[in-house]
Amino acid sequence: MTSVLAIDNLSVSFATPDGDVEAVTDVSLSVEAGECLGLVGESGSGKSQTFMAAMGLLAENGTANGHISLDGLDLLSADEKKLNTVRGERIAMIFQDPMTSLTPHMKIGRQLSEVLIEHQGVDKETGRRRALEMLDRVHIPEAERRLDMYPHELSGGLRQRVMIAIALMCEPEVIIADEPTTALDVTVQAQILDLLMEVKANLGAAIVLITHDLGVVAGLADRVAVMYAGRIVEQGSVADTFASPVHPYTQGLLDCTPSLDVETEALETISGQPPNLQSLPTGCSFHPRCPHVFDRCQTERPLLERTPSGQSKACFYNGAEAG
Amino acid sequence: MWAYFSRRLFIAIPTLWVVITAAFFLMRLAPGGPFDQEAPLPPEIMANLKAAYGLDQPLWWQYVNYLGNLLQGDFGPSFKYKDFSVTELIGQGFPISIQNGAAALFLALLVGIPLGAMAALKQNSGADHAAMTVAMTGIVIPNFVVGPLLALIFGIWLRETIFALPVAGWNNGALPNRILPVICLALPFIAYIARITRASLIETLRTNYVRTARAKGLPFRIVVLRHAFKSAMIPVVTYLGPATVFLLTGSMVIETIFGLPGIGRYFVQGALNRDYTLVMGVTILAASLVILLNLFVDLAYAWLDPKVRYE
Repeated sequence: MTSVLAIDNLSVSFATPDGDVEAVTDVSLSVEAGECLGLVGESGSGKSQTFMAAMGLLAENGTANGHISLDGLDLLSADEKKLNTVRGERIAMIFQDPMTSLTPHMKIGRQLSEVLIEHQGVDKETGRRRALEMLDRVHIPEAERRLDMYPHELSGGLRQRVMIAIALMCEPEVIIADEPTTALDVTVQAQILDLLMEVKANLGAAIVLITHDLGVVAGLADRVAVMYAGRIVEQGSVADTFASPVHPYTQGLLDCTPSLDVETEALETISGQPPNLQSLPTGCSFHPRCPHVFDRCQTERPLLERTPSGQSKACFYNGAEAG
Repeated sequence: MWAYFSRRLFIAIPTLWVVITAAFFLMRLAPGGPFDQEAPLPPEIMANLKAAYGLDQPLWWQYVNYLGNLLQGDFGPSFKYKDFSVTELIGQGFPISIQNGAAALFLALLVGIPLGAMAALKQNSGADHAAMTVAMTGIVIPNFVVGPLLALIFGIWLRETIFALPVAGWNNGALPNRILPVICLALPFIAYIARITRASLIETLRTNYVRTARAKGLPFRIVVLRHAFKSAMIPVVTYLGPATVFLLTGSMVIETIFGLPGIGRYFVQGALNRDYTLVMGVTILAASLVILLNLFVDLAYAWLDPKVRYE
């Protein structure tokens, strides 16, 4: 199968008063139609910025280098006008914070229908009818009444459903969900994840799920990529990654997940802090926190390579204590 | 909504009473009186004058009397303009101040908002810096400097050209007579509105919902006009309440410089002459306008931000 969205050697850096900060370094990723890719990492690991770059939504001081291809169209070199023909139409994004991501002074119906009106030139009545259908599809009760409501009249869970509905309006080929459940209550999180599963099953779109929650990835994604300090450190199928992670960082993340089967007093953590992007450690960025660190890790940077099991990792450690 | 409106108007009554009381007694704290002149009047005449206007009564009795008259809509006679009541003087001056003020307000919005919006959209460009420098200049140079400068340029330097403009007088509201005072009155407000618009629009453009609008693939023009502009106008509207009161009650400085018979000039002259009733009348008018316009501003909020509902 060919990938719908292919990211090739993407680097993203931000100009700050203290010099340039590279938030994403040499990231290559791809998603196929009907596939869900989970992108996991701590805050500041560059997972969101990777796809902000794809959407052309980097902050003004950010620049992206490399290639991001949507079915052959290079998104990074496209101008704003060209980008606007694909954003919302062929590639859509669901944002993290539903409380602030809807325009407060516009009615829900209009925020949905304007996507269709813009991209497909439908009239207002058609737009409203399709918006109503879409609200039904994302299981918003009393959809007809909600069309004429303002965002503040809806709960956080309903607002996230509206965000998802907006993303689905044009049935895009790629849907990027950036921490879609982070801001929500746990019970509501589960409902939103169910909805995303449904979307995945029905729409055949490529879904990128950006999250720091491994549980979410396990439930929804087919493949997973783990980012640390702006780089991908491990990539593989969800089944393989969860059963036998090949990078110590992934191993650490999995160990941090509380389990109902094992009785533990304290929650496991990865010792240390994520590194400051302005002064990354030499060699492997993870080496100061790595339980398996040895000399080579401190001087040389490991590249992302395939392992015999079909997974990919950027790590020198191969199971036996070396050096 | 109407319940809210009438409740607010009802609350205004004690507010106005406090303003009236404070103004009444503060006025009397100022030394001198309405009939003091360079050559002192004979004591008998002074006593007669004071008796005629009730100024020989104890202060609290004068206060009670004034309030009583006020309740019947009587602002009393002017002490200085002896053939006129305060109501008549306000009736003459206020329409002129309103016309100039409304024109200046309109001009300030018409120029200030687009200027600020342009600066925000071209943030940190040459155009932005130029606009904000002009705006800052407009704020820091007081209008008693700008007024005479404009008069110098258009009244004297350009007097032989088609750009010549009258620099003083009302001339029954002839258009050329209005131009300089209105521009002079509007300049600082143009500057303030431009600055507020710029700051507010920049902030709004950074919000998550503007990002959502951009992610929808809407053209930037629509993102700004449909998604950002309305929220960005909230601080401007907040500023408009007090600004409008200032503009409508007339700028004493500008009305003095350009010799306009507006209400601002009466206010200054009234204060200098200890024309107690005239000053009180203008004060009450201004206070009522402040209350009323703040109410309008609150109603405008409800239109700009649907979260604001008055029940």
